[in-house]
Amino acid sequence: MIRKFYLILFFIIPFNTWALIEVDITRGNLNPLPIAVSPLSIDEESRKKFENILKKENIGSEISSVVEKNLKTSGLFNPLNKDAFLQAPDIANLKPRFEDWSLIKAQALITGKVNLVDEKLRVEFRLWDVLAGKEMMALAFTTVPTNWRRVGHIITDKVYERLTGEKGYFDTRIIYVAEEGPKTRRIKRLAIMDQDGANNKFLTLGNELVLTPRFNPTNQMVTYLSYFRNLPRVYLLDIETGMQEVVGDFPGMTFAPRFSPDGKKIIMSFAKDGNSDIYTMDLENRIVEKITNHPSIDTSPSYSPDGQYICFNSDRSGYQQIYIMKSDGTNVKRISFGKGLYGTPVWSPRGDLIAFTKLHKGKFYIGVMRTDGSGERLLTENFYQEAPSWSPNGRVLIFYRETKTDDKGKGFSAKLWSIDLTGYNERLVSTDTDASDPSWSSLLSN
Amino acid sequence: MIFFLKHLISCEKVNIKKFDQGAIMKLNKILKNAFLIVFASIALSACATQKKTTGQMQGDVYTGTDTVEYLASGVPDRVFFATNESVLTTASRETLRKQAAWLRKNSSITIVLEGHADERGTREYNLALGERRANAAKDYLMTYGISSDRISVLSYGKERPVDSGSNPLAWSKNRRSVTVKAN
Repeated sequence: MIRKFYLILFFIIPFNTWALIEVDITRGNLNPLPIAVSPLSIDEESRKKFENILKKENIGSEISSVVEKNLKTSGLFNPLNKDAFLQAPDIANLKPRFEDWSLIKAQALITGKVNLVDEKLRVEFRLWDVLAGKEMMALAFTTVPTNWRRVGHIITDKVYERLTGEKGYFDTRIIYVAEEGPKTRRIKRLAIMDQDGANNKFLTLGNELVLTPRFNPTNQMVTYLSYFRNLPRVYLLDIETGMQEVVGDFPGMTFAPRFSPDGKKIIMSFAKDGNSDIYTMDLENRIVEKITNHPSIDTSPSYSPDGQYICFNSDRSGYQQIYIMKSDGTNVKRISFGKGLYGTPVWSPRGDLIAFTKLHKGKFYIGVMRTDGSGERLLTENFYQEAPSWSPNGRVLIFYRETKTDDKGKGFSAKLWSIDLTGYNERLVSTDTDASDPSWSSLLSN
Repeated sequence: MIFFLKHLISCEKVNIKKFDQGAIMKLNKILKNAFLIVFASIALSACATQKKTTGQMQGDVYTGTDTVEYLASGVPDRVFFATNESVLTTASRETLRKQAAWLRKNSSITIVLEGHADERGTREYNLALGERRANAAKDYLMTYGISSDRISVLSYGKERPVDSGSNPLAWSKNRRSVTVKAN
């Protein structure tokens, strides 16, 4: 029943909305699925022990809050108010009284149980189809107690996948640039956080300018641009160990780095004598290859998920446009032909779309187009925004937006925002500091 | 680009009104339609030639001195660029010739050319654009006898504006290449 509902939600509504999207941003227009997330039940003894270890009064409720917030943020679910729940968590997990849940209009129900087993956190959860009165899924996880938020994210991923048929994106992290200070002397630090903003951590101290961090899609390595010793260079950083190294030995500025989909190469721009071209470096044998050779600016390269093609930004036509080519640099073809300038193309992990930034008549847009340049759709318009990054399932884009300053140069801010591929569900991703250049990791667990 | 052109057209219209008021009045009396055509063509030709200065900008290149510092007396440290451009203007070439003369006299000095862009572009493209602008200045200094050994280039893209405003004048100040003493 729910499955059927979702087929309709995903395939009919997006088509309906496409015609409307252009520039207009309408929020919450989808019909989100009403879902009840019952607090995970916990026995008194386990509860007390977890309170000791994690300083959380009721870890069962905390985990279910993580799930609830994730589902709400996705824009596809409407978690119902707990005050209306009639059944106690422990009894609901054994066998829900479906009439009670359908009375409050829940179509799906999540229940579960938390225990402490050998100093480990054990969580089991069940997903129920309320209308059909059936269990759809039951899983259990065991992990160290400090991983409790991740358990919440993994549960959300499983529920999301079961109900939508697409992989989730909740057990993921965002690496970004944390910004502070006046616009003319901005202090920038690399920072990393969970997809929902929790567990924020700074990775650099702010002594040198850092820009454009990007995750390796296969592991927890990051590539980024650092002005260490006033030499702008692409670096490779292992976020587990903190070890880092310069990528390649280029006599000048390297920038705009990204990993290949297999994580074995870094593709980037190298600027020399006023000309930027695209290069790759193999991380295993350190072999450097020149991919483009043109007197114009060639930058912002991004591989297709199969590694066969590269999209990039070039001004060889006179102004910034988007091009694609084979990964060896042959068959260069311009794909953006709309009005305005185009930058920062990023290939979707699904392979069918390229997200981009567009500048037209003094406004900036985040949009998507097919890989041949057809079907351009602009998702959001603003004074300044750029640098979209895809969620690992290719469903959501995260990007950054800057505000216009007043006549005295005051009022500047930079923030992360996310938006659904359909142009709906535009949301501020809250960060402690100002933030820019977000990059979404792949799923941490699979 | 389109944005700036629009801005220019509105500026030029103001100028014409101010200077050609009498002529316009006469035309208006004779034939309203003819006036409109003439007015439009004047506005267009004014835009095409783009020689009038509007405040501290010529075209959209900054011509003021607010932010300029001096390497030595009479030797300005920076040159300015039009949106998305790295072409040196006549004034920029004059500034760079002064810098070259000063560098020839002070042969032990080495310099860094810092290239910058305004905030109205994507970060990565602007890094490349800043590098291109600084190299335009470098090439010109080299043609006036300054060895490339003495010049290094550093692009900041849009990362280090001098003016934090979000308006065309602020942006014009930020599109620049600055010559900085390195020793």
